Amino acid sequence: MSDKIKISRKNVEFLKKIEDLSGEVIMRCDQCGVCSGSCPMISEMDITPSELMRKVQLGQEDVLGSKAMWLCASCFACTVRCPRGLDVSKVAEALRQVNLRKAIDHIDLKDIPDDEIKRLPQIALVSEFRKFTG
Amino acid sequence: MKLPYYPGCTLKTKAKNFEDSAIAVAKELGIDFIELPRWNCCGVVASLVSDDLMRLLAPIRNLIRVQEMNKSGLIKDEYRLVTLCAMCFNTLKRANLRVKENPDDLKKINDFMDREEECYNGSVEVVHFLEILRDTGFENVCKKVKKPLKNLKIAPYYGCLLLRPKEVGIDDPEAPTIQEELLKALGAEVIDNPYKKVCCGSYQTVHNKYAVASLSYDILTHARQGGADAIITSCPLCAFNLDNRQKEIIENHPDFTEIPVFYFTQIMAIAFGLEEDVCGFDLNWVDPKPLLRERELL
Repeated sequence: MSDKIKISRKNVEFLKKIEDLSGEVIMRCDQCGVCSGSCPMISEMDITPSELMRKVQLGQEDVLGSKAMWLCASCFACTVRCPRGLDVSKVAEALRQVNLRKAIDHIDLKDIPDDEIKRLPQIALVSEFRKFTG
Repeated sequence: MKLPYYPGCTLKTKAKNFEDSAIAVAKELGIDFIELPRWNCCGVVASLVSDDLMRLLAPIRNLIRVQEMNKSGLIKDEYRLVTLCAMCFNTLKRANLRVKENPDDLKKINDFMDREEECYNGSVEVVHFLEILRDTGFENVCKKVKKPLKNLKIAPYYGCLLLRPKEVGIDDPEAPTIQEELLKALGAEVIDNPYKKVCCGSYQTVHNKYAVASLSYDILTHARQGGADAIITSCPLCAFNLDNRQKEIIENHPDFTEIPVFYFTQIMAIAFGLEEDVCGFDLNWVDPKPLLRERELL
């Protein structure tokens, strides 16, 4: 059994939105999986980076609820290896931004224990809050 | 040689040992770091979306300071801005490239920053201290060595932001050699680590510390299995994840043996025979002094 994928105008509009925000021509991805093979955080992810790209190609907005985009550490391992010259880290950032621009932060300072705040270097806290809050 | 220098937040506090050791070794090589007056946060991470020019303001303001230093005579015709932290380096260089390649973006940013006395004109080049060392010539680094690190096996760790993306990186993103060349100049035995370019988890360390500890475990154990006594890095966040997170690694792997993590400048200071004080080893989580004493380097 296979499901037939329907592409509506809404799907195409979502793809266009993420392409504009990321600056990447996402339809060029041919699903080779090099990004997934290069990703250091993949074991923590619910969908792989290449699945994330496929969902955006198909305009499936439920990708906005995936954990994967929040686990991307912007290490650019996928960026330097993509044979199609795509930057998956920019696509993950675009998806994060679509969420954050609805004024829903992904993290809350109150959730970080005091001893960790004292222990962490500023560079960790500033980068985390720049990536995960609007 | 006087160079404009951008420190960044962490080098003034948790990574003071990086700054102090870097300034000391640079001085030995005849390089004076002149700290940027009125520097501000670099932004730490580059914005990766196309429409977010606001995030370029912080890095570009710092580049204007370099122009001002030249204008005021603090620096003479020197537009290279030297950085130590790999994250500051990457964010500043990336912002600089973006506005150099997109004059419309630069105009918008300059128009917005109307309280700055001058516009940014694209004249600055953001460089990392390792590049300055390469340009100076590692043979000149070698000439300053008083205590060769011949008894020390060291694994380089590059992480991400010194190498990637390609247009920003200081070396081949897949086969870098700059740290290896430095270590050879210092007389150390270089241990290759297949995990030297693998991310340590970066800022995920704030809310996902065990995932980061797991990545650090892989990086450290591969270095150890290769025979390394220690690891070097050039990023205060990598240093935190590789060094401090050994506490979390031990929670999950009680048989794990701690391994010292140095800033490359600390190990240079040791090789140059400088005072131990400039290394600030009290800020390293794994104390490297027992290892250095054992190898008769302290």
